[in-house]
Amino acid sequence: MSQSPQLLEPRIIAAKSGSWRPKPKISNVTLRWGINAAALVYLVLLYFSVDINWSRVAQGMDRGVAFMGSFLTPDFVSRGGEIAIGLRESLTMTFAATVIGILLAIPVGLGAARNIAPTPVYFFCRAIIALSRTFQEIIIAILFVAMFGFGPLAGVVTLAFATIGFMAKLLAEDIEDAQRDPMEAVRATGASWLQWINYAVQPQVMPRLIGLSLYRLDINFRESAVIGIVGAGGIGATLNTSINRYDYDTSAAVLLVIIGIVLMSEYLSGYVRKWTA
Amino acid sequence: MPVEIVNKTPVWQRREPLQQRLIWCGYFLALMLFLLCWKIISDNTIWEFLTDAHLQAASLIGRMIPPDWSITGSLLLPLWDTLNIATVGTALGVLIAFPLAFLAARNTSPHPSLRAFALAVIVSSRSINALIWAILLVTIVGPGLLAGMIAIALRSIGFVGKLLYEAIEEIHPTPVEAVTSTGAGRMQVLAYSVMPQIMPAFAGITVYRWDINIRESTVLGLVGAGGIGLQMNAAINNLAWGQVATVFVLIFATVIFSEWVSAKVRHAVI
Repeated sequence: MSQSPQLLEPRIIAAKSGSWRPKPKISNVTLRWGINAAALVYLVLLYFSVDINWSRVAQGMDRGVAFMGSFLTPDFVSRGGEIAIGLRESLTMTFAATVIGILLAIPVGLGAARNIAPTPVYFFCRAIIALSRTFQEIIIAILFVAMFGFGPLAGVVTLAFATIGFMAKLLAEDIEDAQRDPMEAVRATGASWLQWINYAVQPQVMPRLIGLSLYRLDINFRESAVIGIVGAGGIGATLNTSINRYDYDTSAAVLLVIIGIVLMSEYLSGYVRKWTA
Repeated sequence: MPVEIVNKTPVWQRREPLQQRLIWCGYFLALMLFLLCWKIISDNTIWEFLTDAHLQAASLIGRMIPPDWSITGSLLLPLWDTLNIATVGTALGVLIAFPLAFLAARNTSPHPSLRAFALAVIVSSRSINALIWAILLVTIVGPGLLAGMIAIALRSIGFVGKLLYEAIEEIHPTPVEAVTSTGAGRMQVLAYSVMPQIMPAFAGITVYRWDINIRESTVLGLVGAGGIGLQMNAAINNLAWGQVATVFVLIFATVIFSEWVSAKVRHAVI
């Protein structure tokens, strides 16, 4: 070491005498202590503002244990018919909503890409995306159930609407990141706008679009289990009924079916992504 | 290069004929599946309800505007509850997910059977929405904030665990080898070579999940798990759509705020 001791931090000097400590994660001292103090204040506020009924919690423990136990003895049979109907409805809703959602998301995504859309179209499409992404699927489902009545149609419309925001945003980002050279090359041949999109933009975004579509299929299936709670059809209704009846063995069976299907779709999408990439 | 002969002149094609036909077959099968799905949905739908859907929509929106601002004051405490559900839920979830991620990562897992167990926990937690956990927990621990917090925590374990174990698997092996060669113990290797590499990712993932949890905790009240969703549910059951609109505006503002915080923090750490 040729550096003079004055230039070294106290930390390094201490390290030379054999007591090294790693650097703090946040180098700004005020910020570091500020965050700690804020956390402390928050914990105090939390302690005084949250009241939890612990005696009710203690009462419910038996039920908790019963529920845990039912995962070891799931009952697929006694309500098997209802599970099968709910599952069929969920799967059809998921597929139909994903197809409709993606078909509608493609024009919105093209419109929301800064590099190919005119400014007014850009802002209009971005507004659609923001609207669709802000609210939870279940809130949208409540509104559509109020409009269309109970049943799977409200569910399909909800999931399709949520799919538009998700897919269009990611598609637009992907188009914005696409390489300019192929686009210019195709444009230079005198291609029409549609040919330009089809031969210059689409091949660049297709692999990612397929991957995202499969991911969205997976998300839509999981969400379809939730929106049934507010009357939008699917396996969520079956699950909700079984929980309200304290029929935990059936609930456990439904949850295991959901976990199994999600696991399967995750493996499948892994294969398809490897195959298309 | 695939070509097609049209009037004895070769015309460029993007794909070989066989490949093109296979792609068309794929689209055809997807279309058939879609029509089948649509038929099942259509059979289960009462189409008569749809004839007045536009009137329903118009009256719904008409009653939502203007929002009923008089209840804003009584919504602030539930909003604070919602923030608490999201924050405490995230903290609990992260506390469990952190060790789990080390068990699940291929390069830090002590044993393959432990790794399989950790992965199973992560997948189960990821598959089930916080709202479903909340329904279950409301019947177990009773309605209120605690059910919401645990529901958010259970859902967060899978998300944080998955992203974190992927981050651990992607670390650079050189610092790990360097620290190991000094004779450090297993824990010391984790603390001084793995941890510093994953800390930025960890902070980013945590804040990202917190942001998502704020959104999710706004609706947990629908099933009785506390927060602003309780007020929303009450307003919906009373068909007081003006009040519902106020709740929507507050949720919108909160979500924008949390997204801004999350973007700031992630920008700072990554």
